[in-house]
Amino acid sequence: MQKELLEYTLRLGDNALILGQRLGEWCGYGPVLEQDIALSNIALDQLGQARMLMQYAARLKGEEYTEDKMAFFRDVTEYHNVLMLELPNDHWGFTIMRQFLFDTFNYYQYTQLLQSQDDHIKSVAQKAIKEITYHAQWSAEWVIRLGDGTEESHQKMQTALDELWQWTGEMLTPDAVDEKMREAGIGADLNKVKEEWQQKVAEILEIATLKKPEDDWMQEGGKQGEHSEHLGYILAEMQHLPRMYPEAEW
Amino acid sequence: MVTENQIWQWLEEVTDPEIPVLTVVDLGVVRHVDLEHDHPIVKITPTYSGCPAMNEIEQNIKAKLKDEGLDNVEVQTVLSPPWTTDWMTEKGKQKLKEYGIAPPEGSSADKSVLFGKAKEVQCPNCGSRKTQMVSQFGSTACKALYKCEDCLEPFDYFKCI
Repeated sequence: MQKELLEYTLRLGDNALILGQRLGEWCGYGPVLEQDIALSNIALDQLGQARMLMQYAARLKGEEYTEDKMAFFRDVTEYHNVLMLELPNDHWGFTIMRQFLFDTFNYYQYTQLLQSQDDHIKSVAQKAIKEITYHAQWSAEWVIRLGDGTEESHQKMQTALDELWQWTGEMLTPDAVDEKMREAGIGADLNKVKEEWQQKVAEILEIATLKKPEDDWMQEGGKQGEHSEHLGYILAEMQHLPRMYPEAEW
Repeated sequence: MVTENQIWQWLEEVTDPEIPVLTVVDLGVVRHVDLEHDHPIVKITPTYSGCPAMNEIEQNIKAKLKDEGLDNVEVQTVLSPPWTTDWMTEKGKQKLKEYGIAPPEGSSADKSVLFGKAKEVQCPNCGSRKTQMVSQFGSTACKALYKCEDCLEPFDYFKCI
């Protein structure tokens, strides 16, 4: 049970950390200043949530662990984020579409975690849901704006959606760890999250004049620690300094 | 012997590093002062989980209380219950407005934020309600960017959470 709780906490924390790191890459490159700042703000929220979860994971793991050790001294196979979040940012529309698909999932997931039997996860959820609600609104608005925008923006968003669809299955499909956490009243019921997600995504895509792709074969493995080559590059950049100078401080 | 009340008064002099007109007490960030242990414990809660000011607030609280002769103060971060703009004092909201930032309006319980319409916010410069949201995310995580259609000034709005 302790083992599953640690892995579950890392899944939540790694999703936040890796997405935060990816979004941070946009800082200074956004198409307009306000949206550059918006994405950086969202990245910061994700990083804050990641910290709260890494602190908890470190506590579960044992005395010699710290949040920094969890973030900077785990390697690729010890990371448990879903694969979609480690994909390169590509263009603005692609980043927005991924954000929308994930934020909507995250919103329904964390809504359930507000009732978690685990006090720490519940506290994190109470804090995070306020922030995630703003993220979900922002990314949905941008999907609508770009989907129902110019011919070119519409086409780019449709292509992004078609490419991303195969990466959405993993977050919505429970495995043994998810099931065990749900049974213990700690984790979210992903089948329920999936229903709510499908409904909201369909609603927004329709307003955005985008066509929902057919469900087909879905990518998986990230939650269990099997990653694409992209994660290694993210970690190399993120972990380089603390690994090179382990005692470094601001 | 220092009293709880005295510590609260000292904390009234510790300001927020991002919005220096507000004290940490105005903001509602200080949740509890505990004198029951062998050293004073001040419990604070973050406004946003990634708020970079929290570290500095912690240092500033320790420094202020050290100046007042308390050497061994511990600052603890608590997550629950989560911070909400409802905890900002009326005095704090007034100070924000005078500083040129529109204070949070209405209760944080407002769910219309999800896929909903932007809030109607009063311009802190001219008082007009003909304002428009430019971006949900402003210069810091806690603010949105607005502009006034009457006096044409852009301004920050401290958004409800």
